[in-house]
Amino acid sequence: MTERKPGEPLGWREMPVGAVILEAGNATRYQTGDWRSLRPEWSQEKCIQCLFCWVYCPDAAIIVKDGKIAEFDFEHCKGCGICAQECPPKVKAIKMVPEEEVTEVS
Amino acid sequence: MSTTVAQERVALTGNEAVALAMKQINPDVVAAYPITPQTDIVQYFSTFVADGKVKTEFVTVESEHSAMSCCIGSEAAGARTMTATSSQGLALMWEMLYIAAGFRLPIVMPVVNRALSAPINIHCDHSDSMGARDSGWIQLYSENAQEVYDNTIQAVRIAEHPDILLPVMVCQDGFVISHSLQNLQVLPDEEVARFVGEFTPRHPLLDVSQPVTYGALFLPDYYFEARRQIADAMGRAAPVIEQVGEEYARLTGRRYGLFEAHRLEDAEVAVVAINSAAGTARAVADSLRKQGVRAGVLRIRLFRPWPWREIAQALASAKAVAVMDRADGLCALGGPLYTEVRSALYDSSSRPALVNYIYGLGGRDVGLEDIEGIFRDLLHIKDEGGVAQPVTYLGLRE
Repeated sequence: MTERKPGEPLGWREMPVGAVILEAGNATRYQTGDWRSLRPEWSQEKCIQCLFCWVYCPDAAIIVKDGKIAEFDFEHCKGCGICAQECPPKVKAIKMVPEEEVTEVS
Repeated sequence: MSTTVAQERVALTGNEAVALAMKQINPDVVAAYPITPQTDIVQYFSTFVADGKVKTEFVTVESEHSAMSCCIGSEAAGARTMTATSSQGLALMWEMLYIAAGFRLPIVMPVVNRALSAPINIHCDHSDSMGARDSGWIQLYSENAQEVYDNTIQAVRIAEHPDILLPVMVCQDGFVISHSLQNLQVLPDEEVARFVGEFTPRHPLLDVSQPVTYGALFLPDYYFEARRQIADAMGRAAPVIEQVGEEYARLTGRRYGLFEAHRLEDAEVAVVAINSAAGTARAVADSLRKQGVRAGVLRIRLFRPWPWREIAQALASAKAVAVMDRADGLCALGGPLYTEVRSALYDSSSRPALVNYIYGLGGRDVGLEDIEGIFRDLLHIKDEGGVAQPVTYLGLRE
């Protein structure tokens, strides 16, 4: 069998039969953050901690600590904008900004 | 033969033979939708379910797309699963056929061959299963009710073999075989149960101690490798099919190989036929033999995978060969069986003259005299040399 470096993709003979994934919960290792063209910018000052964004985020990319939003996981956030959409209109604590306009990298 | 088991001799139609085989296989799940000419299979099998003759969970569905989808879910869950279909039903399953093969789910599906629309027609030709030939399903073709019974039972073992894990279609001719009463031998229920054995699924969804994901997205970094695995399994299938056939022969006395070579050893002219027309071709070859013509017949049993080396070898003595296709490839080069045989013979040192006859579309009968005409054409080609017309439409009104 071919020698492989760690992290190198498997050859066809080494893969499980039937295009299945046998390891539970390994989706976290698939970093989808580089798909993003729009980045959510979150204002801690405006945020009322309703946690709607945390509930709706399809990628579990909003990190909550001690019952409050702490940060965004940009290794997995695809920039879909659902968090900004669900943020209550009177609050508007999340704004989607084109990646190329983001000067400050978090 | 002394070791074979006692078998009952019965009169059954092709569809009854399939339904009986399914009853004896006693699958965990059958999800099926009735369609002419397969309808009897579903009808008889649902009677077995209603009468408590099988332990099968029978799922009535609203379409063949749903039937195959249900079979995929059930087989992935770890249940031995079967269905049956024909024609438009098979066409409606199309996208799911590839998924069953891609997930390597050993579903067994009798297919009662019927023409595809348009124009709509309910009678036999092979355009349905021939269209699905590259979907990753193993395809077995059956000449008569005996063979479709035998093939259905063997298909379970072939599909579930750990080196293969591919779904299998078992084809028979609509009406010609499916609805005509034939005399055949059938095994006792317990012998079929013993032959097919217990199903051990590779990655069952219901095994919560070993969680598994089916249906994940494979991007350009992995898709190619996943598809290569299917080709590898297909490449390994022929020896397994022969091995299962040998074991079945020891049980029943009925031996099936990859194909049947009838009087081919010294044949100068040969016809390649598939399903029920092969019997007619054999009768013509036998009668020509009595007149001193070295005629033979190669009857296809296994079409996917395609045993091309063995077929080329079996046709080595022939000077002129005709391939009979009950489906038109609509490709300007005849039918699908013809192009496959042509391809098989490309590397053959004794490459014979090769012609194609498209026949019987939409259930038009093919008789002894039609096939006699084919052999006469072959003798002419053998003596005169050269193929003037590679593809002929046999029995067509001009």
